[in-house]
Amino acid sequence: MKELLEGSMAVAEIVKRCKPGVISAYPITPQTHIVEELAQIVADGSLNAQFVNVESEHSAASVVLGAVAAGVRAYTATSSQGLFYMAEVLYNIAGMRLPVIMTTAVRAISAPINIWNDHQDAVSLRDAGWVQFHAEDIQEAVDLHLIAYKLGEDKSIMLPVMVCMDGFILTHGVETVDMPTQEQVDKFLPPYKAPYKLDVENPMTLGPLVDPDYYMEARYALNETHKEALALIPKLAAEFTKTFGRAYNGLVEGYQLKDAEKVIIAMGSACGTIKEVIDELRIKGKKVGLLKITCLRPFPVNEIYNALKNVPKVAVIDRALSIGSFAPLYAEIKAVFFGKTKRPEVISSFVVGLGGRDITKDSIKEIFRLMNGKEKQAEFIDLKPELLKESYD
Amino acid sequence: MTKTLFAPGHTACAGCGQSMAARLVLDAAGPNTIIVNNTGCLEVFSTKYPESCWEVPFIHSLFENAAAVASGVESAIKYLGKADNINIIAQGGDGSSADIGLQALSGMLERGHNILYVCYDNEAYMNTGVQRSGLTPFDTNTTTSPAGGTSAGNLRPKKPMPEIVNAHGVPYVATASSGFGQDLQRKVKKALSIKGPKYIQVHAPCPLGWRHETNMTLQVAKLAVETGLYPLIEYENGVISGRRQITPKPVEEYLKTQGRFKHLLNRPEELKKIQEIADNNIKKYGLKAEAQQV
Repeated sequence: MKELLEGSMAVAEIVKRCKPGVISAYPITPQTHIVEELAQIVADGSLNAQFVNVESEHSAASVVLGAVAAGVRAYTATSSQGLFYMAEVLYNIAGMRLPVIMTTAVRAISAPINIWNDHQDAVSLRDAGWVQFHAEDIQEAVDLHLIAYKLGEDKSIMLPVMVCMDGFILTHGVETVDMPTQEQVDKFLPPYKAPYKLDVENPMTLGPLVDPDYYMEARYALNETHKEALALIPKLAAEFTKTFGRAYNGLVEGYQLKDAEKVIIAMGSACGTIKEVIDELRIKGKKVGLLKITCLRPFPVNEIYNALKNVPKVAVIDRALSIGSFAPLYAEIKAVFFGKTKRPEVISSFVVGLGGRDITKDSIKEIFRLMNGKEKQAEFIDLKPELLKESYD
Repeated sequence: MTKTLFAPGHTACAGCGQSMAARLVLDAAGPNTIIVNNTGCLEVFSTKYPESCWEVPFIHSLFENAAAVASGVESAIKYLGKADNINIIAQGGDGSSADIGLQALSGMLERGHNILYVCYDNEAYMNTGVQRSGLTPFDTNTTTSPAGGTSAGNLRPKKPMPEIVNAHGVPYVATASSGFGQDLQRKVKKALSIKGPKYIQVHAPCPLGWRHETNMTLQVAKLAVETGLYPLIEYENGVISGRRQITPKPVEEYLKTQGRFKHLLNRPEELKKIQEIADNNIKKYGLKAEAQQV
């Protein structure tokens, strides 16, 4: 059924339909609407779940870790500093192979403190071992939560999954959403059956000390499973389309790529703006396109290669930095093409929309324009030069 | 050998007071128990892959989050409708309970989870090499509170964890000792018979960190109690309901058994301060067994 919903309400509603038995969260802007709504849903008796109000994000992540270890589906959500405060638990959850599902309302990192959207929080956690999806719009955020549970809980995968949605832009934005029915969700997502859990009938030790004789194999297995997830995600996407009658793009989504001469690579809500600009430029005969990265981890190397191998000019938009080095997504896109015969002539790097600075159609047009020149290295768009003149002298 | 749920063959040091206490705790709790453990000696010496001592479900996640992980396990068990039949014990050392894990523990207590938290108090970070913690006693020589020309060791007394836990309004708080095994097991059983969050802090000698002979663990543990330096008390619903009464021995008898206090033996002014700590405990908790004195 199509409904007009705020992003957070839509996510809370789909989480409810996924029937987690334990929900735990600590408030942080702009994640709050999601967990407030879930708290109400539980309080109203519309969902049979334990809602655990914790004293920190560290404990929120630890509570859902414990719940999934006990064999129960769980959910949490956070943002920014909260995600960082969870960081060691997130690595631990992935290493323990527990399919915790989390929404990250993607937000900038302090200092300076800033509650608005960029991708620094999630992107910084890309090595934690979690599958990391980035939604373009509210519908995709809803759909990705279904995929997240289905993928993470697959016996061959057993990985935690983070669904990233741009803070405020998607969490507080309102869109028409095709909300799957409970019957559809139940059909797509069966109850969680843990292949290993804390069970007094069958005692096992989870989280043992692992010495150099065994540690590398455990980490190797985690890394290999990400490759297996790369293969499984398109299959789940096909099953998703069959069940819900709606396309879900899986790993990457190409927009107007067929004859494109200039392509922007981006993640998240900016993709909507980029598509609009592409539509306008296409009318003027410009051969421009977009490659949206939906799945940052596992990183879809082959899909990216195949989508861009014949494109002459590519620009990567990063909404995060790896301070002192190349912008993070850019570095990975470059790595995809190193040593390849077929590859773009130019792969430029642009940094856009940090700390909630609007990414406007003009920002995107400027990037398409700058792609005509030489390769750009982490070129900041929409900087205010007058602010850079301030000094303490 | 008696059947135990904490299987032998672990790699704890000879004379480890924590391994003794952990076995007593688990055997008192019985097989329908899930253990959630902080990082520390206990987890390290009992779970080295591919072996494990634990004949019950056991999970270790991180250094400071056992109370929170246990909260998740308990919530899951409640969701599954199995809460009445399964004991959940979260446990850790003094550092992971009183320092880095205090916030998670406080959250667990405040939320009212039906969990027994056991703190094995060996009075320093033993797993990393005897660094001082919030539960290291006054004047103790540790690797990060060394005695020297201008210092008699650890600058501050033990953080009053039983009182801090008690202030959360929980139904049961107790201190116990590796030196009094039956008392410890009685307290574990009592705690598990009560719904809600419970806390037991077990004094657990560490021969390596305390520098005493490995065959002296029980005597050292007993002396801590008998001098009044480690009062064994119970709180029920906020009120002291039990105390182990003693005929107090001078603190020197306890201190002289351990290398960590050796620097104090020729410093009477420091011995006096420590005797005062014991005397205050004896007075505060009514430990003196006057009735038994003829």
